[in-house]
Amino acid sequence: MAAITEPPKADLREPAGWRRTKNRIATVLMWISFVVVIIPLIFVLYTVIAKGASVISWQFLTSGPIPPNVLPADVGGMGPAVLGTIEIVALASAITVPLGVLGAIYLNEYGGKNWLAWFIGFMADVMTGVPSIVMGLFIFSIWVLHFGFSGLAGAFALGALMLPIVIRSTYEMLLLVPDTLREGSYALGASKSRVTLTVVLPAALGGIVSGVLLAIARAAGETAPLLFTILTVTSANPNVFSGPNTSLPSQIFANATQPYPGAQARGWGAALTLIAIAFILMIAARIVTARYARYQR
Amino acid sequence: MSTATQADQAAPGSVPARGLTAPRGLADRSFQWLALGAGLLVLVILVLIAFSTTQQAWPWFKTEGLGIFGTVWDPAANKFGATPFIYGTFVTGVIALVVAVPVSVAIALLLTQVVPYRIARPIVYVVDLLAVVPSVVWGLWGILVFAPWIQHIYAHIGSAVDGIPVLGALFGPPTSGASFFTAGIILAFMITPIVTSLSREVIATVPSIDREGAYALGATRWEMIRGVVQPHSQGGVVGAVLLGLGRAVGETIAAALVIGSSPTITSHLFSTGYSMPAVIANQFGESTGVFKAGLIGLGVLLFAFTIIINVVARAIVDRSARRMRGE
Repeated sequence: MAAITEPPKADLREPAGWRRTKNRIATVLMWISFVVVIIPLIFVLYTVIAKGASVISWQFLTSGPIPPNVLPADVGGMGPAVLGTIEIVALASAITVPLGVLGAIYLNEYGGKNWLAWFIGFMADVMTGVPSIVMGLFIFSIWVLHFGFSGLAGAFALGALMLPIVIRSTYEMLLLVPDTLREGSYALGASKSRVTLTVVLPAALGGIVSGVLLAIARAAGETAPLLFTILTVTSANPNVFSGPNTSLPSQIFANATQPYPGAQARGWGAALTLIAIAFILMIAARIVTARYARYQR
Repeated sequence: MSTATQADQAAPGSVPARGLTAPRGLADRSFQWLALGAGLLVLVILVLIAFSTTQQAWPWFKTEGLGIFGTVWDPAANKFGATPFIYGTFVTGVIALVVAVPVSVAIALLLTQVVPYRIARPIVYVVDLLAVVPSVVWGLWGILVFAPWIQHIYAHIGSAVDGIPVLGALFGPPTSGASFFTAGIILAFMITPIVTSLSREVIATVPSIDREGAYALGATRWEMIRGVVQPHSQGGVVGAVLLGLGRAVGETIAAALVIGSSPTITSHLFSTGYSMPAVIANQFGESTGVFKAGLIGLGVLLFAFTIIINVVARAIVDRSARRMRGE
């Protein structure tokens, strides 16, 4: 009878101390990553505020035309660019938001699980990845070559960028509306369009508004789609439908490569104005979301 | 009970009841068509982008033929080869990913596995703030503040590694503040929010029962992440990374300001280069004829690249999301 010799017990486990150390290293690296991200953010915001705050004044925001680059920062202002940004972004939103909301209504209320709705939803996601400069080239080829530069062309280009974002965010909100609400309205004899417009949309309104505000914030900061659609002029153009225009991002782009301190200072001022606009829109979106969440409860 | 008798019994003066089989009203149907039209607009715009830009770029494709992939871009000599820009786009995109992906995935893990919700929320806000800073502001800061500052670091590294085989070729002189590497870093800042939020969504779908199982077996958090989170979310995170690459490849204005604007193909990451979107933004205004067609053609190539990247990435993300739901 062969003696059963017990094999020597090998401890295959890693030493407990090393396992805990590895765990700690991993956690620390995660926190370091977060810090690595905050540093450039603080650096950028600090520089923009430090260099922009001294330039910004009521005169800077409203007066025009934008002075030649060689002049110092305290002469003239960015009024035409502020006006252009407001005109073009407002027009882009007026065109895109109804279309985007309608598209999302198709995807969720009518399309449901059919292949066309799936395909449109998928391509809308893909469209969010189309570079903004391609949108600019697209509107240049299809519109500017025939009808010339205008704020409207810029609004089309920004609108093409916003459309998939509005569709996606609205769609997510419509998904959250409980079916019992729809069924209750059908039981009262309402038609589908009526249910959608008077029951589903109001129920999702908070989320939709918040998504739209974020899309507008994104569009307001875009430069590339505007370069070949509105040009960059220095005088105010209140007519958004015809003639070259200007915007804050276009002016920042033009001023960034100038060696003159006055031009650079105006660039920083415009950058601070632009960031302030984006922040206000983002905070507004958060407030709407918070209100809406409370109302839901 | 038939619909006819129902209508007969309706009180006088009330709205006549509509039968269940009666055709829907005109307004109702037109609303449906309107919604369908708005949805189809997405497809129409995508087709129109491809068609109209290709049409405008046609003179370039026709005169250059395969020469569109030439290595020289010199408008003065009528040479319009796209390779320097494709190369620059690729190099800056890769640098951006190498910097942004580890950081983004680490933050996504921090948010989902380490900190409680009430701390995760402010962190999400802060990371999203990076996306609120417009591209042109990154560019302005990049060229006026960041590039002059990092230029000295490049110069030090450059002189230290000069002559060493591989390192010298990558990081050696000539060095410049506005360069492939500067553009790559700025792009990394810009794509971090999207890669973080997509990875976070993917990682959040890991079932807690699996995580708790790993903990019950005595795993540390890091072992749980390696053993449970990683196999579950690998595919989805790859999709998120590809979407980040798509963003980096198409990013225009920041790159146009900090990449250095010289169409060269070089292994030196600290020297000046050019990318496809950047050259379109910088040279379009002064271009005519085949030159302009060439720039629009670069846009067509860029559109094709980003569509391919995005379709693949979305397909990966969708598939991994479906698998997570057990479909």
